[in-house]
Amino acid sequence: MSNVQRRLLKEKIAKAFMQLSGILITGSLFFIIGTILYKGLPHLSWEMVSQTPQGGFYIGKEGGILNAILGSLYLATLSTLLATFIGIPIAIYLDVYVKSGSFFARSCKMLFDVLFGIPSIVYGAIAFSIMVWLGIRASLLGGVITITLLTIPIVVRTIDELLKTIPIDLKRVTFSIGATRWETAKVLLKYIKPGIFTAILLAFGRAIGDVAGVLLTTGFSDNLPKYLDEPSATLPLAIFFQLSSPIPEVQGRAYASALILTFIILIIVICTHFLASKQKKHKI
Amino acid sequence: MEFRLIKDKIAKHSFAALLFISLFVIAFIFIGLTSKSLPLLQNQHLGAILSESVWSPLKGSFGFLPFIMGTVWVTLISLLIAVPLCIMASVYLVEYAGKGLRTMVLPLMNVLAAIPPVLYGVWGVLFVVPILGKYVAPISGIESTGYSVFAGGIVLAVMIFPIMISIMVEVLHTIPQELKSASLSLGATKWETITKVILVKAKPGLLAAVVLGISRAFGETIAVLMVCGNVPQIPKSLFDAGYPIPALIANNFGEMMSIPLYDSALMFAALLLFVIIFGFNLISRLILNRLEGKA
Repeated sequence: MSNVQRRLLKEKIAKAFMQLSGILITGSLFFIIGTILYKGLPHLSWEMVSQTPQGGFYIGKEGGILNAILGSLYLATLSTLLATFIGIPIAIYLDVYVKSGSFFARSCKMLFDVLFGIPSIVYGAIAFSIMVWLGIRASLLGGVITITLLTIPIVVRTIDELLKTIPIDLKRVTFSIGATRWETAKVLLKYIKPGIFTAILLAFGRAIGDVAGVLLTTGFSDNLPKYLDEPSATLPLAIFFQLSSPIPEVQGRAYASALILTFIILIIVICTHFLASKQKKHKI
Repeated sequence: MEFRLIKDKIAKHSFAALLFISLFVIAFIFIGLTSKSLPLLQNQHLGAILSESVWSPLKGSFGFLPFIMGTVWVTLISLLIAVPLCIMASVYLVEYAGKGLRTMVLPLMNVLAAIPPVLYGVWGVLFVVPILGKYVAPISGIESTGYSVFAGGIVLAVMIFPIMISIMVEVLHTIPQELKSASLSLGATKWETITKVILVKAKPGLLAAVVLGISRAFGETIAVLMVCGNVPQIPKSLFDAGYPIPALIANNFGEMMSIPLYDSALMFAALLLFVIIFGFNLISRLILNRLEGKA
């Protein structure tokens, strides 16, 4: 075999390996969703989504997971709202009020980038010890605060990325016709409106799926969540606890919860994708 | 006119307040963790805590070595699986694949990134663990339930796919076309151009992606906890159970109150995670920011 042929053969083999790894990686996604669909679909029923567990979530065979669905929705909605109202002003401040290329702005943005990577168990641990110190028991409120801290970096990062895509001229034009910085900020916000929803959805997705943060702070309860100062069930924890139960019916509830969580996440991802493509078309 | 300026001032000050409060919270987390772990550090030497292998809180001995080794094992296994696969796949996506394939695969990576850890854990328990226990372990002649550091490593590898792929693809896009053209025009095959030009040039960026992957793997709690077996021992083979640091915190936090120094030890574990991951993230972000500045 000549030198050139050998080199071309090497190229072909390498290419095949690359295709294989691409298929493996993409395939893992379908594998995960497939496993959950296969296990979860047989257990999904109207009772499952409309009732609370009867006779204890760990041993009772009857009932469903309405408590966990509602708990998760409350928790994720509240903390996403809070994180949005804290995160957007921070991003605006760093972009409009502070000189956006300055050392201060850059280091703050970097800090939020780094915070994004801090695992939720660390937030959960510190929140739990504060709650013990103050004598507060595990409750929905504790979970909301922990998850809010967790999602603020996501909102700040995403909004900041969006603000970067705005043509600098837009900012200059608004300033030059005499707008204050606050009025400019309002114009910029209007411009990135679809993107803001993306940020909110991303934060919501992270909030609804997090376990380690709520494990210590929110507790678990068989009842529907009614008050902020009571422990509440959440979907990820319902999966985590019920999966380890020896009773098949309870395990079934875990599979069904996993399926419902997957549906929620998929809906969020599809909406995000749709909004992101809308944002791209929106140019001056 | 006055009124508009006042509104601007109000907005400025309240936004700044929000920013400083959240920066303060970060500092507060660090200070809180440190002050809580001080009792343990005053009681025992830092080196001893990190290198002792006996963990029995009732007798007052807190050796972190089994947990550190557990974390190191699962992280290393996941990297061994994920790094080659991700580099190959992202090179393919950037250099070979058409635009159509790229716009199809990258959103799928977003889906993978959005899947919550607990669902990865469910997948691990239902799929990875039984396969390892029933098929892979017997082939290697080992008795195992499947709940092992190997299972943890596989689940983690899948979890860090999306973050590594998305950053690697971005890094590879920054390689100038001229470099590739120069190499190709000298008669190098595409594969030779990739290994000798593109990967060499992209090394810092790829490294940053890997470091981000490491820090994600380090802190992952629930998915690993569900498949790792959670036995406080130093794993000796792929099929041994392990007990990573985040799992230690999650499993024991509720019941630590009555034993002296126990809560301090767990807080020390959280501090360890916080410091290591903060450092790793900082390094990789610095590298990535510099690359972005150059491009």
